Amino acid sequence: MSRLPSYLKRFTGGERAVHHATAILMIICLATASALYIPAIATYVGRRDLIKPIHIYAGLALPVPMLLGLASRAFRGDLRRLNRFGPYDRDWLRRSDRRAVQIDGRGIVPIGKFNPGQKLSAAFFAGAIFVMLGTGLMLTFPNPWPTNWRTGATFVHDWLTLAIFVVFLGHLWFALQDRGAMTGMLTGRVPRDWAARHHPAWEKEEEDAHQRS
Amino acid sequence: MGRRVILGMLGLGAAGIAVGPTAQNVVNFFFGPFRSQIGGLIPAAGGFRYYSVVDSVPSITSATYTLKVNGLVTTPRTFTFQDLQAMPQTHVTKDFQCVTGWRVPGVQWSGVALPDLLDAVGAHGSAITFSCFDGAYTESLTMDQARRRDVLVATSMLGGPVTHDHGGPVRLFVAPMYGYKSAKWLSGIEVTNKVTPGFWEVRGYDVDAWVGRSNGRNDVQTS
Repeated sequence: MSRLPSYLKRFTGGERAVHHATAILMIICLATASALYIPAIATYVGRRDLIKPIHIYAGLALPVPMLLGLASRAFRGDLRRLNRFGPYDRDWLRRSDRRAVQIDGRGIVPIGKFNPGQKLSAAFFAGAIFVMLGTGLMLTFPNPWPTNWRTGATFVHDWLTLAIFVVFLGHLWFALQDRGAMTGMLTGRVPRDWAARHHPAWEKEEEDAHQRS
Repeated sequence: MGRRVILGMLGLGAAGIAVGPTAQNVVNFFFGPFRSQIGGLIPAAGGFRYYSVVDSVPSITSATYTLKVNGLVTTPRTFTFQDLQAMPQTHVTKDFQCVTGWRVPGVQWSGVALPDLLDAVGAHGSAITFSCFDGAYTESLTMDQARRRDVLVATSMLGGPVTHDHGGPVRLFVAPMYGYKSAKWLSGIEVTNKVTPGFWEVRGYDVDAWVGRSNGRNDVQTS
């Protein structure tokens, strides 16, 4: 029986590529959206003929990395994990000491590879990207749609942008708070003690898998 | 569960498209009056959106402003801001409709009706080309369109001077057409015999930009 190494593999290169490509496209969309619609920035930047096509092409490309990612077994596996909510997830969301650890350094709630906050934000981003794609297509190609629908699509596209800004900043905030999580997304590996602290059930799962092999 | 969140968002998105027009009216009603204070962070809220096709537009005041009118005219002339204000003034209150969808209800405009200006120089061509001191934007009208009384060389909007961001000190206002016809930062009017498609028109917008009857849109007519 070999001891588990001090680092665990959390994300494959393919999965990180999906994340980074989506992140870059999302940042381009948010930045060009600001240049098009926040009056102070729009006044400063101008160049509508240049900014508008960048926004549209980045928006059209936004779901592509996720769809390509479906070819990766690891990505599909993580989607399954993100989709599934267990009883501990509800418990974790409810209690205020969700980050507490036991004396052996393991988190007190046996959270799996993803905590429910990550699951909800992943689902939010996936849903938001598709709603923005749908409404964005209606605005880019307005001909087939009645005026009312287009006004409605503008309304949804505008307000969901604000919601995406908030969740995007929240996502950045939590990532910047947590060095282990940042390392995980940047290098694909996380320290084992970080995994035991934040994702104890996943760390245990990895250890069991390691011992079986 | 994650899948349910995603499906729920798609459902909410569709519902938002259905109730959006009503909801946007409610937003306009509540936030419209505070537009200037909230710095345009509330989407639309019944206001104008700032569109410019260049990176920066020079600031020109009413003291230094000039409008050059030439081409097929008997007396080419350069108008100052004071010249324009000394001419007979025309007032128009109309909705402003952008081809991208937003509409500002009941905007007050005043200035010189374009037909009055064309008569003052003895215009005799069949088309007009407008140019702007942003250095890039151009627009066009046929002479018949330009002779409408609801087409203004505007020196005032929303009850005050035309501000820089709205295309001041002088802009065009073409009441019956989509906003891109109402060229901001107007600096030149050339009378010709041929319509030269403007900045957005060579990029796919309709040259005859009647609100509700062009660009594949069916908005309520503005004039």
